[in-house]
Amino acid sequence: MRRAVTFVRALLSAARRNGVRILALAGPLSVGVYLAAAQSASAACCTLKSGASPNATSIATLYDIIFGMAVVVFLGVMSFVLYSVWKFRAHKNPVALQIHGNTRLELGLTLGAALILVVIATVTFIKLPSIVNPPNSDASASAVLSASLTAPTPPSGQKLTICVTGRQFIWRYTYGAGCNKAAWQDRLPYSYQEMVVPAGVTVDLLIQSSDVIHAWWIPALGGKVDAVPGFTTYTWFKALHANELYHGQCAQLCGTEHAFMTALVKVVTPRQYTAWIAQQRQLVSQQNAQVGQIRQYLAKQGILSSSGNF
Amino acid sequence: MSTTDHALRPVPQILVHEVHRPRKTKLWLDWVLTTDHKKIGIMYLVLTFVFFLLGGVEALLMRSQLAVPNNTLISGEHYNQLLTLHGTTMIFLFVVPVMAGFGNYFVPLMIGARDMAFPRLNALSFWLLLMGGIVFYATLFYQPPQAGWWSYPPLSSTQYSPSGGQDAWIFLIHLTGISSIVGAINFYVTIANMRAPGMTWGRLPLFIWSILIYAVLLIIALPVVAAAVTMLLTDRHFGTHWFDPTHHGSPVLWENLFWFFGHPEVYIMILPGFGIISEVLPVFARKPIFGYKAIAASTIVIAFLSTLVWAHHLFTAPMPLVVLGFFMLSSFLIGIPTGVKIFNWTATLWRGSLVMTASMMYAIGFLIVFLIGGITGIFLATFPVDWQLNDTYFVVAHFHYVLMGGAVFAIMAGTYYWYPKMTGRLCNERLGKVSFWVTFIGFNATFFVQHALGLSGMPRRIYTYQPGMGWSTYNLISSIGSYILAIGILMSVYNFLRSYKHGKIAGPDPWKGNTLEWYTTSPPPVNNFDVIPRVRSVEPMRDIRLEVEAQTGRLQKTGGSEQFARV
Repeated sequence: MRRAVTFVRALLSAARRNGVRILALAGPLSVGVYLAAAQSASAACCTLKSGASPNATSIATLYDIIFGMAVVVFLGVMSFVLYSVWKFRAHKNPVALQIHGNTRLELGLTLGAALILVVIATVTFIKLPSIVNPPNSDASASAVLSASLTAPTPPSGQKLTICVTGRQFIWRYTYGAGCNKAAWQDRLPYSYQEMVVPAGVTVDLLIQSSDVIHAWWIPALGGKVDAVPGFTTYTWFKALHANELYHGQCAQLCGTEHAFMTALVKVVTPRQYTAWIAQQRQLVSQQNAQVGQIRQYLAKQGILSSSGNF
Repeated sequence: MSTTDHALRPVPQILVHEVHRPRKTKLWLDWVLTTDHKKIGIMYLVLTFVFFLLGGVEALLMRSQLAVPNNTLISGEHYNQLLTLHGTTMIFLFVVPVMAGFGNYFVPLMIGARDMAFPRLNALSFWLLLMGGIVFYATLFYQPPQAGWWSYPPLSSTQYSPSGGQDAWIFLIHLTGISSIVGAINFYVTIANMRAPGMTWGRLPLFIWSILIYAVLLIIALPVVAAAVTMLLTDRHFGTHWFDPTHHGSPVLWENLFWFFGHPEVYIMILPGFGIISEVLPVFARKPIFGYKAIAASTIVIAFLSTLVWAHHLFTAPMPLVVLGFFMLSSFLIGIPTGVKIFNWTATLWRGSLVMTASMMYAIGFLIVFLIGGITGIFLATFPVDWQLNDTYFVVAHFHYVLMGGAVFAIMAGTYYWYPKMTGRLCNERLGKVSFWVTFIGFNATFFVQHALGLSGMPRRIYTYQPGMGWSTYNLISSIGSYILAIGILMSVYNFLRSYKHGKIAGPDPWKGNTLEWYTTSPPPVNNFDVIPRVRSVEPMRDIRLEVEAQTGRLQKTGGSEQFARV
């Protein structure tokens, strides 16, 4: 019994002496693995989309930082398990060491795990402002902007507001400030499925749903936001490059054709955007005029009542 | 044989006698009327494995549909029905009740009791589970539910899901919920009151600790979902508007209620798996569990924290930023006790004398896949990253690593470990090991690539996709992997069926176990034990074995493990 105790003690002190050596070896090794992993995360398979909008880029950076740490932890634990399985097979190591635990080691590793999480939490809160707070639009794009007081708003208060309304199984976009309140009275231009936005402009999205829960998501332009009936949710993006087409689709199960509730965001120059909006506005008023004529005709024929019902 | 002596240690003399009573009823009636915890346990295990195979077939159909872009094998409507059936089956009819099956069989045996505290209540909880399964699968003959196992309103309201399938889903939640609550109370009372003399809380086997906490979590979580689905039912049929946004109801209320149940449910499914791993590893490492107290304590801490993390399922829902921050930090916290467990399991392997049986291989496989599932959980807990990854295939990969790789690998380890006790016969070890490798390879092929799918923007729950999105190759790999996985599982199922008649006779203690279930015959008689030994440590059976060795001074052969243990 006493011999066993002295043996365990000798073992622990050896581990402590070796501990310094192991740390000296494992420290630089894990830093190297971390950097390699964080670097290789930029390969297409292993990272999030970035570069199209500052919020998406910040999220992707945050992801890469966590990914590096995850690879280090995974390789560490994994090699420990595999080494144990290889080294301590019954035929190689016939007598098992009868130990019940080691409080100091236990506490040390618990603190180590906690420390990793503290680091991730800190990095997240450092990165958070660049993900949730919209930046100013580029100076060249001032023509399409208006001031607004609804969140989120860039420091200058100047932004472009687009309302996104989800319904089974298509997205509708209404362009311009006040789009969630007075879209019909103001005869705001709108489009379905394909959203057109100017490059370099901070676009504020007001997201709503008129039936079931949907989720708005363009991977290249940042995270997703649920469109919940009865609620208005907000997000923003700032598309940096013109002449790009970004693909996304509804991310919350919304019914049988959920798979086909896709969304496209076409990025154009501010000048093209102004022209497109004017054209849409004209088309909308033309359509309205046509519908008015038909309505008048139907009312005259007695098919439509004066209140607009058949 | 090597020079080791541990394979030759003596078997304790086991003092149990089968009580023979002439059976007057028919055999099947005997099973229907039984209140014996072992028979109920077997019925639980057989029934839940049937549901596991049904859920697996549903998964294979979905993977077949997704194997190539623009596939027309399954329509959107049928796909949504399949994903609802698959999720509901695996959670409510497989993983949760299969743990109750193991618990039923082994809780009384491991604590040295002769039955559960309330045997008739025990039978009730089994039959309620069967009724739940029948009510749910009867929808196949009219209209299965198609709003998902989470059934978010308004999609699950009468307007968008008019069929009775959704009501059958609600009925299933109620029936299996009552079944689980009744069972949980039974487990709690049994463990609190019927332990062998000397089995203090500090000597409770870790599997029993996990079942105890499983029971407590069920009692906390299930009433909430029972209330929520009742509210959904009254919304659907009796004119209330709890979740109806057109009448000032809130769909977000449902999301909160559902996940207040749903996240503890995750730990309800995995904690007993942790318990199984904590029993299997020390037996086959021939070494005491490393950090018994730390593992038991971390189970309690995980259970406590699991009630404080539900909103990490709602990071994209309308919620203030400060709430998101709170739930990110609470979700991080739960990683610490989980890390403690992984550390203690790996440390149990260290300097052990590992006997690589099929059960041990599944347990080590569990360590590896669960590690991956745990690490990807950290990505998802970081809410800005979750804004990108939520509702994508990354999440699908994450929770299949935790539930398929975690819980199911633990269930397999447990089945191979306890099969000889339940049937008296050993499984075919070679087939078991082949099955492990096929399952392990198939599992990783299916789910590892799904991380990449999620990162490249493929949402969950879509029944088809267009070519040219960069998803086709990953999906094909995943679908091929799912067939390999299915073959691996079927090999094990075949092994279990075949060994029932053709397996080698196991003897009372084939593995040289540590706990009291090995201190009786295999399978145990109705009364389990004639004499219940006094418990002096966490490993009473090992104590008995060493005592017999010391008294007789004789080395005897064990029940037959040396023929496959390759020591």
